[in-house]
Amino acid sequence: MEHNLDAQHENPLDGENQPYVLRLYITGASTNSLKAVNNLKEICDTYLDGKYSLEIIDVYQQKALAKKENIIALPLLIKSFPLPEKRIVGDLSDTAKVLKGLGYSV
Amino acid sequence: MDLQPSEHNKFVHRTLPKTQTGISGLDEITGGGVPKDRPTLICGAAGCGKTLFSMEFIVHGAMKFNEPGVFMAFEEKAEELAINVASLGYDLQKLQEDKMVRLDHVHIEKSEIEETGEYDLDGLFIRLGHAIDSIGAKRVVLDTIENLFSGLHNEGIIRAELRRLFGWLKEKKVTTIITGEKGDGMLTRHGLEEYVSDCVILLDHRVTNKISTRLLRVVKYRGSVHGTNEYPFLIDEDGVSVLPVTSLTLHHDVSSERIPTGVSGLDKMLGGKGFFIGSSILVSGTAGTGKTSIAGAFVNETCKNGQRCIYFAFEESPQQIIRNMKSISVDLQEHVGKGLLKFHAARPTLNGLEMHLVVIHKMVKEFRPDVVVLDPITNLITVGSVSEVKSLLIRLIDFLQSEQITVMFTALTLNDNVTGQTDESISSLVDAWLMVRDIEFNGERNRGLYVMKSRGMKHSNQVREFVIDDSGLELVDVYLGPDGVLTGSAREAEQLLEKTGVVLRDHAVSLKDREIERKKMILESKINSLKQEFDSFQDDLNKTYVEEELRKSVLEKNRSELTRKRDGAAGEIEDTL
Repeated sequence: MEHNLDAQHENPLDGENQPYVLRLYITGASTNSLKAVNNLKEICDTYLDGKYSLEIIDVYQQKALAKKENIIALPLLIKSFPLPEKRIVGDLSDTAKVLKGLGYSV
Repeated sequence: MDLQPSEHNKFVHRTLPKTQTGISGLDEITGGGVPKDRPTLICGAAGCGKTLFSMEFIVHGAMKFNEPGVFMAFEEKAEELAINVASLGYDLQKLQEDKMVRLDHVHIEKSEIEETGEYDLDGLFIRLGHAIDSIGAKRVVLDTIENLFSGLHNEGIIRAELRRLFGWLKEKKVTTIITGEKGDGMLTRHGLEEYVSDCVILLDHRVTNKISTRLLRVVKYRGSVHGTNEYPFLIDEDGVSVLPVTSLTLHHDVSSERIPTGVSGLDKMLGGKGFFIGSSILVSGTAGTGKTSIAGAFVNETCKNGQRCIYFAFEESPQQIIRNMKSISVDLQEHVGKGLLKFHAARPTLNGLEMHLVVIHKMVKEFRPDVVVLDPITNLITVGSVSEVKSLLIRLIDFLQSEQITVMFTALTLNDNVTGQTDESISSLVDAWLMVRDIEFNGERNRGLYVMKSRGMKHSNQVREFVIDDSGLELVDVYLGPDGVLTGSAREAEQLLEKTGVVLRDHAVSLKDREIERKKMILESKINSLKQEFDSFQDDLNKTYVEEELRKSVLEKNRSELTRKRDGAAGEIEDTL
């Protein structure tokens, strides 16, 4: 279950239109995982306007990643760009908090 | 001397399978270790040794029992842990390369994490599961899992997940140790004991009178008999060692062999052979009565016989003891050089009483001596109360006797202590009790030695004067003069007086002998003169008798002559002319 939803992004380093680099770690088809995927997709479509890259990773498939990425709680969304790196756990149902975590200002 | 009717059944009721921790002492207390395939909680305040305990569990598992282990650290980084245990001589790096140990550092930083809605700790499960599966781990340590509570907000989720985690660990068939920080009125800050119901071990680091003691207690051990006391433990360069010292069973073997005391006079007082091997001896006395010298002589004799000895000095440094002993021709340095004698000098205040016991225990286990000397036990009072010291000594004697080690204590008594009770009142515990006492008389102090008691052997009831001089220790018979017991110079004077008497009597006797001789001579000369008188008288008598005879014969001759002449023989007269 590995998706690469690379969207088109122009002016990668433009201050205004910075693309978001997101990785979503999930655990198979658990309720929380599915919720998180759906919620994230909705947020991305609504707010990010295609200026993002999203990778969805199933930790069950790559168990070694859990240690490498220091994963405890799942689902976990990591925003690695723009800096600072931010970790958002949960099913991403609280849209306002997710946006805050992404550093997105409405 | 076996009093057991059948075999000694110590842990016959062991039904719960256990996993040995490999920590010396802990496995004895718990009767074999922590519950196998179940979680055990080790809790205690900061700095009481939780991490070290759990790390030893993993390392011993890997090194001694061939059970790989996973150490999941929520506090320290893997590298820090490796450095910390390297000081104990464990090479975590190598163990990791050998796939016997796996370290995993879990870092949770609240400020980096935003929580949005429902989540679970599957990440932790996957991580742990992966680590366990990758090396086939049998042991797991979670140190300190409570950090989750500070890293994540949703306590409800964490609690639910912890419950699931411990269940999952049991299913995984791994023996787990979870550490937890001590909380207010609870064993752990977040009530972990609620989830870990099988075995809870509490560590404590107590400081009383500025002296620290580490203590361990098994709070709970479901389905198993366990020691319930607080056991002291020691963390040193060899790691953790716990003492199951309170097991007072009085079941040790006894020996009827003897060990000489090093003072020939004392041996004589003790039935001619000395102490029993494995017995405990108390030497008590007032200051400066030579208690240490007696101990020194005993050590010297023991080492001379090729046996090993540890001398625990609580008052003097080893060099000082060696120097002082040399002055009475006891060369302890020689024995130290040969490796037969080991000194351990420490001020009692160095650590708590229990720690002293742990140290003694450990050194005895290592050095395996035949004789242990503690000089003096009175100083231990400075770190504990009388009853504490007594309990320490009980346990010490118990331990040493079970190892068949002869132990000699010295104790200082006070002058006004007439009854002879030592401050520690341990006299009832020891097998033999020597008492050195000052005998003050005639303006000088002398030492008198008594054997107050000596269990199981004939011993002298006499007071002996105890003399220390350049050539060593000696027991002299105390002189019983007409005025009572005499010691020191009074004894010598009395002895001299006696010697004079003997000379005088000898003299008188010889005088009498000469008188007799003289009388005899006088008598003999008298007899001689009488005899001579008699001889001359006899001669006189004989003389008259012979004269008479002569006269008689001459008269006879004359008469016959005359008769012949009358018969006319004139011619014959001419013829005869």
